[in-house]
Amino acid sequence: MNDIAVVAFAQTEHRGEDSGLSEVEMLAPVITEVKQSTGLSRFGFTCSGSLDYLAGAPFSFVSALDAVGAWPPISESHVEMDAAWALYEAWVRLRHGDIDTALVYGFGKSTQVVREDGESGLPELMTLQLDPYYLAPLGPDQTSLAALQARAYLDAGHKEDDLRAVAVRSRAAGRANPYALDLAEPGEEEYEVAPLRPSDCPPVTDGAAAIVLATGDRARELCERPAWIRGIDHRTDAHAFGARDLARSESAALAGEKAGARDVEVAELHARFSHEELILRDALGLGDDVRVNPSGGPLAADPVMATGLIRVGEAAARIRSGEAGRVLAHASHGPCLQSNLVCVMEA
Amino acid sequence: MGEACAVIGVGQTEYRSRRQDVSMAGLVREAALRALEDAGLTFGDIDAVVVGKAPDLFEGVMMPESYLADALGARGKPMMRVHTAGSVGGSTALVAAGLVQGGVHDRVLVVAWEKQSESNATWALSTHPPLTPSIVVGAGGYFAPHIRAYMRRTGAPAHIGTLVAVKDRRNALKNPYAHLRIPGISREMVESTPMLWEPIRYLETCPSSDGAAAMVLASADAARRAPNPPAWVHGGAMRSEPIFFAGRDTVNPRAGRDCAADVYAQAGITDPRGELDCAEVYVPFSWYEPMWLENLGFCGEGEGWKLTEAGATALDGDIPWNASGGVLSSNPIGASGLIRFAEAAQQVRGLAGEHQVDGARRALGHAYGGGAQFYAMWVVGSDRP
Repeated sequence: MNDIAVVAFAQTEHRGEDSGLSEVEMLAPVITEVKQSTGLSRFGFTCSGSLDYLAGAPFSFVSALDAVGAWPPISESHVEMDAAWALYEAWVRLRHGDIDTALVYGFGKSTQVVREDGESGLPELMTLQLDPYYLAPLGPDQTSLAALQARAYLDAGHKEDDLRAVAVRSRAAGRANPYALDLAEPGEEEYEVAPLRPSDCPPVTDGAAAIVLATGDRARELCERPAWIRGIDHRTDAHAFGARDLARSESAALAGEKAGARDVEVAELHARFSHEELILRDALGLGDDVRVNPSGGPLAADPVMATGLIRVGEAAARIRSGEAGRVLAHASHGPCLQSNLVCVMEA
Repeated sequence: MGEACAVIGVGQTEYRSRRQDVSMAGLVREAALRALEDAGLTFGDIDAVVVGKAPDLFEGVMMPESYLADALGARGKPMMRVHTAGSVGGSTALVAAGLVQGGVHDRVLVVAWEKQSESNATWALSTHPPLTPSIVVGAGGYFAPHIRAYMRRTGAPAHIGTLVAVKDRRNALKNPYAHLRIPGISREMVESTPMLWEPIRYLETCPSSDGAAAMVLASADAARRAPNPPAWVHGGAMRSEPIFFAGRDTVNPRAGRDCAADVYAQAGITDPRGELDCAEVYVPFSWYEPMWLENLGFCGEGEGWKLTEAGATALDGDIPWNASGGVLSSNPIGASGLIRFAEAAQQVRGLAGEHQVDGARRALGHAYGGGAQFYAMWVVGSDRP
């Protein structure tokens, strides 16, 4: 089967406040950037990921087409998932062998989701992704469910200080990343929902990202140092929390095994809460020698629906810069790491 | 197109206004189990699950595939969720077929559904973000002006839409799954119903349905062991174009023409009316039959309404369209495209029952969505390509 590689990646300078830009306005410069860096204006396939509920209206991907320039009409599809799954769909499409390039993008404008008291409504909004008959009516918000998982993790023999260390490292790395938010070193904080403190939780972020995939010689032609996808796989766990051990991630372990998650130097993990990074490290067998989230990860910038795709782009960037020879990117979907995607890339 | 891919199982639920006897999970599971039974398989045999549905606002459940993972036996497997507006059922089938054609999996379960009784689709379609107010109410409000433009452009007489409404509902009487089964349906009955969006009358629109449809797609190797005849994928394509664009022809959109041309080229078809035996085409408002006859190349521009008027698309015509009763008779929105793809497959498998088109060996499945800007199509056949 043909080799497929990441040959271009672009992201917005993510924002923690509403910049006044629409989704299309956020997305357009990013699409333009990957078109310019590859010199391509048309792609064999285009696929995106976005979430209608962020805009509170159906079909948020429809207007996004305006940023792509879909004329003449393009071969295109969309997932209502993080755009890392759009990348997976594009990877599958490239394996058919009749096309040699694909454009993938994702975007999210979470600052639109505001409660009546002015606070972010995102954690409560995400309640709507739960079992509508038995779970959603109980009203658990995303942060509370994450705290439940964090507690399960701590009860399995870990310390709160481990969470703090992840938050401190992530924010410091984020401050060094011009695309991530500039978040202060965590000081003394009250719990957001115990055992999670605000710095253990993802910041509300607006942003977008795009990636270009290409096959074989085309990839070598478009990019000096393509990041070749050596393995990519995704798996889901049961939705019902009672049906799984929240302190572990079986689906991440399985996806990692299928994708060949070993001997990597850098891992970019879609860990939106501190404890998720630790659970994923265990599941993916990442030792202390692996650099995790050198970009700062989702704790430093979380443009929902693009966050997972950015992990792929950031990991690929380590290959392109020559910093690493083998890297791993991870994306997650659903509450409490229900579904997990792992993508292993090499120089 | 990659590796060969075949439909080896099809399952549909009964389509109704309200399926209050089942939850959303129960609904999708009903279709999935029927598809598995047809394929002689169980959930344990499935490598991956692909789920499709229209906007999450329709039921008020965000990204519901996560919740449906348990009911669809997806635990420990890859599961994806496709959403491409009204074309989603078709796109979902193509994404699932793509997994087989890309050599990734041997047996993929694809399920598309909508449970409209959980919410209000017209409301969900009529909300808009701040600063972009819309004067359109529901899908009919959007499409009616395009239909009027078609009538003006072609000089089609006013009764053509009525003929389609009657023909598809007569076909639905032969389909046990169909939602609208109206005994004695006639032109007079259609013409006596209220005008909703000029020129669309009440009985010229699709219903709001609860329902799910599923297919098992298989590699050549897996298809060999299937108990029932397969339908082979001869070609598949998607096309999208922007919704607002000064150069767009909304009556005969280029994305639809390009998508059809792509799919016909893959299937080696140069004369769709002559070489296809039947078609399941997304016609949510009666007038879209003549419009799509032209867009899909079954006739020249301005000729579509003449085919409809002459009865060419009736069950006993030379090119039956929507023998199942089509979207006009059953419309669980997110599933409607997949039902077209599945019904096309059933025709070439010879398993369409009372609405079987005699000797059908090649059929088109079609779906469209958004502002008539998203297209998904496939051609399936009895013979392995």
